[in-house]
Amino acid sequence: MDESRRIEQYQSLVKRMSPKRPVLRNVLWAFFAGGVISLAGQGIMWWFERQGMSAQAAASPTTVVLIGIGALVTGLGWYDRLAKRAGMGAILPITGFANAMVAPAMEFKSEGLIMGVGARLFTIAGPVLVYGMTAAFLVALLRYLITGVA
Amino acid sequence: MPVTRLGAHTYGIEGVSLTSSAAVVGPKEGEGPLGSEFDQVWNDDRHGEGTFEKAERALLVASQNLALQKAAWSWRSVDLVLGGDLLDQIVSTDFAARTHGRPLLGLFAACAVFTEALGLAALLVAGQGFRRVMVSAVSHHFTAERQFRFPIELGTQRPPTAAWTATAAGTVLVTVEDGPLVVDSVTFGRVLDWAGKDPNDMGGAMAPAAIDTISRHLSDTGRSPSAYDAIYTGDLGNFGLQMAQVLAEQQGLDLTPGLKDCGLALYDRKRQDVHNGGSGPGCAAAVFSGPLVRRLTSGRLQRILLVATGALFSPTTYQQGETIPCVAHAVSVRRFAREERAVLS
Repeated sequence: MDESRRIEQYQSLVKRMSPKRPVLRNVLWAFFAGGVISLAGQGIMWWFERQGMSAQAAASPTTVVLIGIGALVTGLGWYDRLAKRAGMGAILPITGFANAMVAPAMEFKSEGLIMGVGARLFTIAGPVLVYGMTAAFLVALLRYLITGVA
Repeated sequence: MPVTRLGAHTYGIEGVSLTSSAAVVGPKEGEGPLGSEFDQVWNDDRHGEGTFEKAERALLVASQNLALQKAAWSWRSVDLVLGGDLLDQIVSTDFAARTHGRPLLGLFAACAVFTEALGLAALLVAGQGFRRVMVSAVSHHFTAERQFRFPIELGTQRPPTAAWTATAAGTVLVTVEDGPLVVDSVTFGRVLDWAGKDPNDMGGAMAPAAIDTISRHLSDTGRSPSAYDAIYTGDLGNFGLQMAQVLAEQQGLDLTPGLKDCGLALYDRKRQDVHNGGSGPGCAAAVFSGPLVRRLTSGRLQRILLVATGALFSPTTYQQGETIPCVAHAVSVRRFAREERAVLS
């Protein structure tokens, strides 16, 4: 048998025989874990509103509190255990962003504050920021071109 | 003649013994099914060291010192140290050599380095120049995670084929002097790349290399698989072992009584959440230097073929979309029977 044909056959066999990810379980976990985090965020926001803030003003301190909780739970070594089960349900909320910043900071502390923590802090979160900002810019530009509102 | 060329890839060896061995492992490995057969089990992954890199080095040194102690050898009597690890520039092996001060040949073959070193050591000792050679390999779960994957505390989801790098070190002492075990043949493997691309499925990528080396070994030595009580691959894990069996069947290679795998034996997959099973240079090294050596010495096993398997990629190559080249090296180790010893003396 021709070598490249044999390799092709092997790769399709690997694909076919690979154990499947438990998609249904993962999706349910993601839905409920993500839901619980969002619910907590909503609760925190209501609390700020009850202190007399407007809904718009309450959004920023809510984000700060959630980031704080995400960072704390990462530092305690629990966030990775949650994300292992909850997947995107834990990665997508702002607490996941905090995790993506704190985890490399902890990991690379041993290389020092400049080249370790400083240089590696955005290793995971960097791409999210780059493409998030690019997307925001493009959408804003489109809106300006279409509606004329900056 | 102490070394005989048995075929294109295999060398028969006479007069080379393994005189002692030692395996030191981390806490998770200690909780696995082989836990009681290692020489030392650490209570925590750091073992009082400031970084995991230092802990990996300490693990290696602990297994080396213990093997020497068991054989009542001094460091000064060791002619050569052979070995490797997974870290860039094999720093664990190199840095550990700063303190022992013996000549060092640092090797890299990813997780296949233990049998590469053992095979080379056996040939060097059989060549009658070196008398006492130390062979070791080490890996640490948390140093490998940092180098090949993500920060430890980052939330990620691992696919079912992902391997768990073992925190483990194994050392064996190879010598011309009598010992309970002998190395009788060595087959060095070719690098095969069957287009596996997924660093989370090294088992599937390495299976072709493992079967290639095993089939070459068997045809060069003229042995059937039943000449071995067990053929142990290094770290194919659950899925890789399955693929290896399928490949063997396709090639008409009857591997009864069947393949076993060090990575699969090291953990309880149901209980320990290691997905595909264990991996890393220390995996094959510790499973051999601890449990397998014990079983061979006690006579529970008479002869085994150890085939450590390595996926030879780096984070740069897989990010650049390259496929994963793999290699496997095989060493046949058997019990040195009492009757043989009587005849020789």
